[in-house]
Amino acid sequence: MNNKKRFFAVPYVVWMTAFIIIPLLIVVYYGLTNVDGKFTMENILAMFTPINMKALVYSLLLSFISTVICLLLAYPLAMILRNADLKSSSFIIFIFILPMWMNFLLRTISWQTLLENNGVLNTILSALHLPKQHIINTPYAIVLGMVYNFLPFMVLPIYNTLVKIDDNVINAARDLGANSYQTFSKITWPLSLPGVISGITMVFVPSLTTFVISDLLGGGKVHLIGNVIEQEFKFKYDWNMGSGLSLVLMVFVLISMAFVTKYDKDMEGTNVW
Amino acid sequence: MVRKLSRRVYLTVMLIFLYAPILTLVVLSFNASKSRAKWGGFTLKWYKQLFSNEETLNALYTTLLIAFLSALIAVILGTLASIAMNSMKKKPRALLMAITNIPMLNADIVTGISLMLLFIFVNVVFRTRIRLGFTTVLLAHITFNIPYVILSVMPKLRQINKNTYEAALDLGASPIYAFYKVILPEIFPGILSGFLLAFTMSLDDFTITYFTTGPGIETLSTQIYTEVRKGIQPEIYALSTLMFAAVLLLLVFVNRKSAVKEKE
Amino acid sequence: MKRLLSLVMISSLLVLSLAGCGQSYDLYVFNWGQYIDKSIIKEFEEETGYKVLYDEFEENEDMYAKIKSGAAIYDVICPSDYMVEQMIQEGLLQKLNYDNIPNAKNIGAQYFEQAKAYDPGNEYSIPNYWGTVGIIYNKNMVNEPIDSWSAIFDEKYKGNILMINSIRDGLGIALKYLGYSLNSQNEKEIKEATDLLKKQKALVQGYFVDQIRDKMIGNEAAIAVNYSGEAKMMIDENPDLAYVVPKEGSNIWSDNWVITSNAVNVEAAEAWINFLCRPDIALKNFEEIGYSTPNEAAHALIEDEETRNNEIYFPGEEITKRCESFSYLGVEGNKMYQKAWTEVKAY
Repeated sequence: MNNKKRFFAVPYVVWMTAFIIIPLLIVVYYGLTNVDGKFTMENILAMFTPINMKALVYSLLLSFISTVICLLLAYPLAMILRNADLKSSSFIIFIFILPMWMNFLLRTISWQTLLENNGVLNTILSALHLPKQHIINTPYAIVLGMVYNFLPFMVLPIYNTLVKIDDNVINAARDLGANSYQTFSKITWPLSLPGVISGITMVFVPSLTTFVISDLLGGGKVHLIGNVIEQEFKFKYDWNMGSGLSLVLMVFVLISMAFVTKYDKDMEGTNVW
Repeated sequence: MVRKLSRRVYLTVMLIFLYAPILTLVVLSFNASKSRAKWGGFTLKWYKQLFSNEETLNALYTTLLIAFLSALIAVILGTLASIAMNSMKKKPRALLMAITNIPMLNADIVTGISLMLLFIFVNVVFRTRIRLGFTTVLLAHITFNIPYVILSVMPKLRQINKNTYEAALDLGASPIYAFYKVILPEIFPGILSGFLLAFTMSLDDFTITYFTTGPGIETLSTQIYTEVRKGIQPEIYALSTLMFAAVLLLLVFVNRKSAVKEKE
Repeated sequence: MKRLLSLVMISSLLVLSLAGCGQSYDLYVFNWGQYIDKSIIKEFEEETGYKVLYDEFEENEDMYAKIKSGAAIYDVICPSDYMVEQMIQEGLLQKLNYDNIPNAKNIGAQYFEQAKAYDPGNEYSIPNYWGTVGIIYNKNMVNEPIDSWSAIFDEKYKGNILMINSIRDGLGIALKYLGYSLNSQNEKEIKEATDLLKKQKALVQGYFVDQIRDKMIGNEAAIAVNYSGEAKMMIDENPDLAYVVPKEGSNIWSDNWVITSNAVNVEAAEAWINFLCRPDIALKNFEEIGYSTPNEAAHALIEDEETRNNEIYFPGEEITKRCESFSYLGVEGNKMYQKAWTEVKAY
């Protein structure tokens, strides 16, 4: 029977080959050739021109900051949620999934209304006689947009691993004389590490590669690596260059993947539901 | 006590952070002024106009149809694959799982671009004239949805006691019958949550759709993206508010029901 | 359970097949965003029986990328002057058959004459709209008369300037301000313009195209660069705004209907162009969109005298004289401009 069962995977394998493996090979092909189809490293090396390098470093910086902020905000949140005596934990999870039903772009644009010079935040601030803040169209607005959009992807994996920790383990540690700091550093933190790692990748990768958030909240002034690639495809019609840059970007994705598979064997942390 | 209070405060602040933009959009849907920047008084006219706005309704229809079909097909392919993988040896399973992880962890922009290149490549190599559009978007959405299904179904499959299935076979059930009676009920919650997750992801996707769509096929995401540049029609706010309210009510209802069940 | 499952399968297959064959169109139109009175599309469909798929683009460059790559096949599109020239040279357009577009006679002769700069012989294109590029400013936030591009490079307006997010317009303005041609291919001149724009970046609130309208109406900025047609629309909404074509000169542009060389339905495309050249339709379009029409017959039909002689809609010779139109830069020139603009945007 088990032999037969294995054939259930055939449609899946065919599908993933056609729509994941082959497309990626096409990207590799375009990335390593020029317009005439001859082999070249030019498109890969283009990442190291000053303009693109600046965009890459800037993207790495902004996504790193966003990831750190997300982690700092999400971990306490997940702890609170875990310790709260909830009759149904699913409701809490819904609270974080629910915003997704408001379109991603609309949610982001809405921050324009909140942050604009004459926007909601500044109206409130000036009513309180506080100085106006110029946040919109700056890198701060972009970091805020990233944190806002990707925070649920940090909270849920951490929450999922925290819930699985048996209360008895924590109580045992306490009984054996560990203070709350020791309990955290010796028990809770190590056990939640898979969730933290997958949370980090699920925030870092989309932040690194976004072009929409910088587009909507940066006023076209901040050029991230995602914008560079999008421009190559949508405006310059240079697929070879665009593919070459995408290949370099994938290196970072592969590194993150290696991390995740090392710490989270079954990818259970990524299961946000 | 202080600890409890600070927890409350923290939770409240986070909820405000998460829901402030959503509240803003709800308020904008009642704004009589067409400009995002001005409050022009309360109105319901955008809700009325929404139902005669063909463009937006079309985009909604396309979005929902793609979300439904892609989630459904992903569920079928993904569940079959999970069952197969569950009975595999460690090495091939690890290989398949690694492939499953690619679309989950890869950058959306790369996934989108690679699929766009695939469709154009097919046109060039086979001299076809496939227009990018509904079908290509659907194929792309199925592709990124399958992993979500597998990740929801796999854990449930692992919890199943293999002996129950064997017992059913020993008692004379055909494999198919045994599957429906023994395995399916066990993994059904996983399938359902996989479907819902896939549906939500498809609904919320912009990047991959942006690269794989073509003339005439707009989902809500791509329509909003074009409208951002020329000024958003307030009907979109009205539509989003309605969708949000519908899901909220549904969730509250489901939650109540399951809470009642738990009590019993 | 089994029956339920098969039911779901069958119904989904049905929906899938329905969705697959449900949509087919006779004519694929690709036009600028907010560039037509949408009711005209319906009128056209009713009158001719052709079913229209209408799509919009934001910039000449993204339209070109789609057409050139084959990612999209459209029958009739509306590119600007220099883009028409480029597309003709690359064989992306086909010659028009004027016998099937009799209404083309309504277009003023001087516009056809101007068009010869990018379409010698007027074989490929028919002007649709035209206008200028200039400065739109808020009279409450600016206390001096503005007549020069120097305003958008002025420290005084730091954070209050909206720059146009368009490669040719952006670089063109800087070149013009420096006293050069906006079609310059001189490396030194372009370098100068690039440096100027880089320095300007610190003053700019953001780079936009269509979003400028909402922001200027909402008093979010004092000064913006935009097209004449947009300016008129903004002034109608917010009377504190004013529009000027700077004294250093600017760009005079025209957008034109063309038929692509791989058009599937040429007959429908010709009918479309002919329909839009009809005086009553061109007038309706002008009144809704606010961009200047080259259609003389439609111009004569404008009832409101003030509109008919409006300086923004129909600038006099005194203004057009100091303006220059874009021409195609060639492959190398395009690369040079792209590099310069990327440098500015990534600065």
